[in-house]
Amino acid sequence: MDFTFTEDQLMFREAISRFLMTEAAPETLREIWETADGRCPELRSQMATQGLTALSVPEDNGGLGMGDIAWSLMTQELGYYGIPDSLADTAYVGAGLFSALNDSVVGKGDYLTKICDGELRLAIGHESSPLVADAHLAEVLLLQHGDEVHLVPSEQISDVVNPSIDSSRRLSQVNWQATPETCIASGEAGEKIWNETLNRGALSVAGQLLGLAQRMLDLTVDYSVQRKQFGKEIGSFQAVKHHLADVAGKIEIAKPVLYRAACSLENNHPLSDIHVSQARNFCSEAAALAARHGIQIHGAMGYTWEVDLQMFMKRSWALNNTWGDNIFHKARVQDYVLNSDVDLAPSKTFEEA
Amino acid sequence: MELIFSPEQQSFRMEVRQWLAANVPKEKLPTYDTKAGFELHRQWERKLHEAGFSMVMWPKEYGGRGCDLTDWLIFEEEYYGAGAPGRVNQNGQLLLGSTLLEFGTPEQKSHFLPRMASSDDMWAQAWSEPNAGSDMANISSKAIRDGDHYVVNGQKTWSTRATYADWAFGLFRSEVGSKRHHGLSFLMVPLDAEGVTIRPIKALDGEDAFAEIFFDNVKVPVEHRIGDEGKGWHVAMATAGFERGLLLRSPARFQQPVRKLVKLYRDNKAYADRDPSIGVAVAKCWADAEAYALSAYNTVGRVGRGDKIGAESSLNKVFWSELDLLIHQTAMNILGSSGELLACAPLAEERAYWLEGFLFSQAGPIYAGANEIQRNIVAERVLGLPR
Repeated sequence: MDFTFTEDQLMFREAISRFLMTEAAPETLREIWETADGRCPELRSQMATQGLTALSVPEDNGGLGMGDIAWSLMTQELGYYGIPDSLADTAYVGAGLFSALNDSVVGKGDYLTKICDGELRLAIGHESSPLVADAHLAEVLLLQHGDEVHLVPSEQISDVVNPSIDSSRRLSQVNWQATPETCIASGEAGEKIWNETLNRGALSVAGQLLGLAQRMLDLTVDYSVQRKQFGKEIGSFQAVKHHLADVAGKIEIAKPVLYRAACSLENNHPLSDIHVSQARNFCSEAAALAARHGIQIHGAMGYTWEVDLQMFMKRSWALNNTWGDNIFHKARVQDYVLNSDVDLAPSKTFEEA
Repeated sequence: MELIFSPEQQSFRMEVRQWLAANVPKEKLPTYDTKAGFELHRQWERKLHEAGFSMVMWPKEYGGRGCDLTDWLIFEEEYYGAGAPGRVNQNGQLLLGSTLLEFGTPEQKSHFLPRMASSDDMWAQAWSEPNAGSDMANISSKAIRDGDHYVVNGQKTWSTRATYADWAFGLFRSEVGSKRHHGLSFLMVPLDAEGVTIRPIKALDGEDAFAEIFFDNVKVPVEHRIGDEGKGWHVAMATAGFERGLLLRSPARFQQPVRKLVKLYRDNKAYADRDPSIGVAVAKCWADAEAYALSAYNTVGRVGRGDKIGAESSLNKVFWSELDLLIHQTAMNILGSSGELLACAPLAEERAYWLEGFLFSQAGPIYAGANEIQRNIVAERVLGLPR
């Protein structure tokens, strides 16, 4: 029983956090928002230089060979700094999907190497969402068709952009035809890959939501110390303190739930589905409360375009229903607890009940 | 990160499970808030101690088993899972015990800890006073040094199980004219000493669950002080940290009622599902209790790496006390009109388990530092908001 991260994992997170603090400041993100594509190739290549895109690519393909546990720290940083979807979807979820493919799939190794080097623009279309994030720039798309996994070059699709309230998100409706040529997995194997991909996507969102919650809390603590009313900092009032303490509580309790889910997914625990959804629910609650109390404590300033809170708040609202919406993840946990006959004894926390 | 138990941990679990299966009383013991029930619980504690299971995480020389905190969590899971009796001496064993291990002299440890492990001495806390509740630094009970002893005068209140306990521990003002958290000393006081008067306070279930303690020129030997004279606040804060932190409420304490709640729901599913919010609440109770368990294992891991449990323990206390409310309120909602029945009611059967827990859950957000105070602590010490 060891519920701790290795020094390597912790140091890597620290390095990425320091890098993003300077290179992905809110002003930079706002500039990227204004571009036509909404993406910044320089930032992507800098992140590749930092090793972020290599994190879970197998060592044989030039990567670092880490897994979900390491990503559970990194996705929090991506959330904290509001990094757009394509990085996590490509380097984490996409790398996981490619790694799970049969070695006979043509180009598997090349794609993994390109992910590792930060050179692949990838989009993943899962049936949990009618829209595909970052399809507009993708050179290839991994698309679900029932239990089939299709690897589709961008030339074979047409996309219709659907703008989101979160300017970081670039969503498209993708029109395409499933053909035998594009099918790279199907049947039981395909189903397993999609289920694992959904779990990995949900865990990626969970980590980002937790990072976003922490960012909104930090911004709000800062604001409550600067803003004065009745002659003193509003952060000295007990009603404000209790709002913020409750947000801190939601964040702290979500962390071990997220880490356990990552450990389960990495080790193919039979209850991975439940653990991932539980993590998603806890992180989602933390982000929702951080947004609610964040805007309340910011007052009217929180409702403006100018103050940065909106960037993280809107992102948390949008992510909250991606890679399985709230209803899906709540229902998965409820179904397990309410409709099974497992004995949920205290000794069963880490076991298959 | 590796979330599986070692073969040694699994065999420890099996050993505990088998012993409990053979030894836990078949009939529920009467409440320890009565004299007879208190003594029956003391006998159970002795039996537990003889088998080496009283304080598994204490060193062997003090009556423990020398286990680590992961083993303690395993023990707790089995203990609550087996429906074993409530730990009547836990305020001493878990709170004072931890304090003595950290701050006690070798003599204090070797005298008090073994007697606490075996429950030869039963302990009550004596923190609150009529004018020092949430504002604990407002303590006014005095302990004035007179040679080799202190002379204690004043009044303590809300002292859980003091009606039948042998000893009490708490803070007393040892420096005349001192203010707030300065000049306090941490003392252990025998409750059979001359000048001690105990007046039971009936709790809302009608039992003598707590008491007022009056001190009238009570002589307490200096060697019953823990830590330096006038530095009691520091020692007490460490105790409060243990209490709110890991020890007082192990996760299994909530996982077991959740297990029963899930069963209660499943057995009454058709009836309960007429209000869909019931199922939602049941699933939330499971997820929260599980999260609390994960948080405990995570904390144990971090403590093992050398981290200290700080003000974040206040978050724990808020979390488990609110979870306990939700568990029992949800159970009462499922029980409907039979929820109000006392255990002695012919129709109550085993349902009174929920009423008892429901009543006690009302106290959770109040004792061990009111949740409002915990939230202030988090805001000021974790988030750095101005006082």
